[in-house]
Amino acid sequence: MKIGDNDWNLAPFGQHVWRGRMETGQLLALARAVKEAGGQLVALWGSDDRHLAPDTQAQPAPLASRERGGFSIHVALLTGSGLAWASCALPADAPAYPDLAHIFPQADRMQRATFDLLGIRATDAVDDRKWLRHGAWPADVFPLRKDFDPGRPPTRDTDAYPFIRVEGEGVHEIPVGPIHAGTIEPGHFRFSIIGERVLRLEARLGYTHKGTEKRFEGMDLDTGAKLAGRVSGDSHVAYAWAYCMAVERAAGSGVPERAAWLRALFLEIERVANHLGDLGYLGNDVALSFGFMQFWRLKEDWLRLSAKLFGHRYLFDRIVPGGVAVDIGDAGRAELAAEADRIEAEVRSLKAIYDEHATLQDRFANTGIVKPELAARLGLTGLAGRASAQAWDARAQFPQAPYDQLDVGMATHRRGDVLARAEVRFAEIHESLRLIREMLKRLPAGAIRAPLAPAAAVCEGLGWVEGWRGEVVVAVRIGADGRLDRVHPHDPSWQNWPLLEVGVLGNIVPDFPLINKSFNLSYSGQDL
Amino acid sequence: MQAGILLQLAQTLLAILLAPLLMGWVNQCRAWLQGRSAPPITQPYRTLRKLFHKDAVIAHTASPLFRFAPYMIFACMALAAGIVPTLANDLPFSPAADVIALVGIFALARVFLALAAMDIGTSFGTLGARREMLVSFLAEPALLMVFFTASLISQSTELPVIVDTLAHQEFAIYPSLAFAAVAFWMISVAENARIPVDNPATHLELTMIHEAMILEYSARHLALIEWAVALKLFTYSALGIALFLPWGIAGQGELGMLPLALVAMAGKLLLGGAVLAFLETVSAKVRLFRAPEFLGTAFLLAVLGMLIHFLLEV
Repeated sequence: MKIGDNDWNLAPFGQHVWRGRMETGQLLALARAVKEAGGQLVALWGSDDRHLAPDTQAQPAPLASRERGGFSIHVALLTGSGLAWASCALPADAPAYPDLAHIFPQADRMQRATFDLLGIRATDAVDDRKWLRHGAWPADVFPLRKDFDPGRPPTRDTDAYPFIRVEGEGVHEIPVGPIHAGTIEPGHFRFSIIGERVLRLEARLGYTHKGTEKRFEGMDLDTGAKLAGRVSGDSHVAYAWAYCMAVERAAGSGVPERAAWLRALFLEIERVANHLGDLGYLGNDVALSFGFMQFWRLKEDWLRLSAKLFGHRYLFDRIVPGGVAVDIGDAGRAELAAEADRIEAEVRSLKAIYDEHATLQDRFANTGIVKPELAARLGLTGLAGRASAQAWDARAQFPQAPYDQLDVGMATHRRGDVLARAEVRFAEIHESLRLIREMLKRLPAGAIRAPLAPAAAVCEGLGWVEGWRGEVVVAVRIGADGRLDRVHPHDPSWQNWPLLEVGVLGNIVPDFPLINKSFNLSYSGQDL
Repeated sequence: MQAGILLQLAQTLLAILLAPLLMGWVNQCRAWLQGRSAPPITQPYRTLRKLFHKDAVIAHTASPLFRFAPYMIFACMALAAGIVPTLANDLPFSPAADVIALVGIFALARVFLALAAMDIGTSFGTLGARREMLVSFLAEPALLMVFFTASLISQSTELPVIVDTLAHQEFAIYPSLAFAAVAFWMISVAENARIPVDNPATHLELTMIHEAMILEYSARHLALIEWAVALKLFTYSALGIALFLPWGIAGQGELGMLPLALVAMAGKLLLGGAVLAFLETVSAKVRLFRAPEFLGTAFLLAVLGMLIHFLLEV
C-alpha cells in the first residue's frame, strides 16, 4: 500500500482494508505519512498475545518483530485508499510504544484507556492520567490481560482524578454529573466559567465501564454478535454488522447477496430512527416541545413498523454471523416503502417549521462552532465531522456491498455549529429514505444466511461500518478453538468527545446541553 | 363590614385552592397543542398530595433559612392573592397595599427563594439565583412602569380605585393601556418562569433559572413552592385581568353580582391560560442573554404607554 512517497508493508485484507505488522518506529513514520496525506487515526487498541504460539501471531502478514509472545498495539488509520490496520508486537515486560497523540490528538484517550486495561504504555505521552479506571481496580492491575483474576474483589478506594484547573479572578467551577436530572447516561462535566461564559470544559467518562471487551473472551461467535450489538444500543445494527463482517472475514466466508442488502436496509432504518429522535431532542432543548413531540411521534411510528416487520423495535439480533435472521416479504416491502414516503413528507413540513422559527434558528446558528480546520486537526469524525467539512463517509467513499451499487450521496456542511449538525441530519434522513426505497425495489432474491466456515487456526478480521454517529470499527481475533479471543469494538465517540469540549468554549453555560445534544455521543460505546 | 371580611377570606381561599387548577389547565392546553394526550386538569393537586406525603430530605449544610423560605414564599403569594381583586372589588385587605407594595411583596418572596437557593451551596442553586436576579432586576422596573401607566388614568396606585375607574365608570378607550397590557404580558412570562424566558418543564440543570433554585427542595417544602408558583401565576393573571379586563368584577357591596363575577373570572382565566399555552407552544426559549432584550422591550412598551397617556389622554 502506498501512502505519500513510501510503499508500506500493508497487504490487502478484504475490501478497502489493509493489514500489516511493523516495528514501532515504522508505525510512527506511517502515522506521520497518513497525517500528511490528510488521513486520520480511527482506532487504537492493544491486545495480550502472550498465550499465542509465536507462529500464529504471524497471521496474516509476516511478523517483522523479533519479540514474540508479548503484547501488541493496533492502530486503524483512515487513508485515501481505505482503512490501514497496522500492528506492532511489544515485549511481555514493560510493553511500550511511541506516543501517537502528538500526531493525532484523538489518540490521547485511547492510549490512556489502553494503559488502564492492558498496561501498555505510550512513552513520552503528554497526558498519562488514567481514563477508564475509576476505582474498581488498582493502578497496577490490568483487567484485560489474560492472567487477570476475575474473582478478585473490587477495590473501594478511589484515587482522585486530577482535573486541569483554571485560575483567575472571578473564575469558578461547576461540576455536573455523573448523575443528572434527566434519564441520560452518566458522565461528569467540569466547567470552569466566568459569569456565564465557559472558559474550559473537561469531561470525565468511564462511569459505564462494564468490561465488555473482557466479556467477549471465550464467547462463541453467535453470542458475540449479540454482545457486540449491545456495546452502544442506539447503534445496534452498525455494531452487529461490523462484528459479523469481521468474523466473516476472519473465517473467510461470505454472506448471501440478499443478506448484505438486508443489513444495509437495517442500517439505514437505524439511521433514520436516530436522526428523527435527535432532531426532536434538539427542539426540546430549546423548549420547542412541539418539535420534540412531532419528531418523536414519527420515530415511534418508525420503530413500531420495525417491530411489526422484523420483530424488534431497534432491530436487535437481526444481524447474525453469516447473514441476517429475518427476511422481508412483498407486503412488508410495500408497507415500509409507503411509510418511508410518509415520513419523508412529514419531515419536510417539520423542517419548514424549524427553518422559519426565528428563535430556534437563533439558538442553533453560531452555537457550538467547530471550525473545519480544528475538526481536521483534532480528528472530528462521522456526522459531526461532516457538519464541519470533514467529508468522510465510508458508504460513499469505501462502499461495501450493497452500497457499491447504490451511489450514496454524502451530506456535508461548513458551518460546524448546531445548525449545521441539524442540517446534516435532515439531509441524511432524506438520503437514507431514498436508499431504503431503492433497496426495497432492487432487493435480490436468495438465501438470507450462509453457514460460517469453521476456523481451524487463529485468525483475525476487521469490520468497518458507517453507523449513524460515524464509523464503527470492530476488530476480532478468533482462537484456534473457534471461540473469540479478542474483540475490540470502536465507537466514533472516542474521537468526538474531546471536540465537544472544544466546541463549547466561548459559549454560555445554558447552551451546553444543546451543543451536547447536537453531537449526541455515546457513553457506553466508549466506556466499554 | 363582616360580610366584607367573609368575602375577603372566601376570595383568598378560593385563589389558594383554585390556583393549581389554572396550572393544570395551562398544562392541558399545552399537551393538546403539542398533539399529545393531556394529563387530567387536576394533576397539579395530585402532585401536591404526593409531595405532602413524602419525607423531606434536607442537605446537611442547610441553615434554618432553607426550611423557612418555602413558608415565607407561600405566605407572600397568598397575601398577594388576597390583595388583588378577583371576584369583588374594594375588600377590607385591599388598602393594605397598593401596586407598589405588591411589587415589594413579590420581591420579598424572590429574595427568600434566591437566598435559600444559595444557602445550600450547590453550584446549580447559585447559578439559578444569579440568573433569577438578572431577570428580575429588569422585570421589576418594567412592572412598575406598567402600574404607573394604569394609575395615571385613575390618579391612584390603589388597585380598587384603578379597577373601579376602568370597570364601573363610563366606557373609554385608552391606547396607553394597550401598550401597558403587552408589556405586562411579557413581564408575567418572565416573572412566572415561562417560555421564552425559562422552561418550567426542562430537566437540563444548566439551562434552568427557577427550577435550578429549587433543585434541593423535596416533599412539603417543594409542595409549598410548587403551590406558590401556581399561586403566582394565578395572581399575575388576576392582576392582568384587574388592570386590563376588569369588567365583571363586583363593586363594593354588590353581592348579587358575585355569581356573574365568578363566571366572568373563570372565563377570562380559561381564555388567558389557553393563550399562554398557545404562545408557549409556538415559541422556543431565547438564549439567556436575549432575556434582557426581551424585558427591555417590555420596559420600553410600558414607557411608551405612559407617554401616549400624556399625549392623547390628558
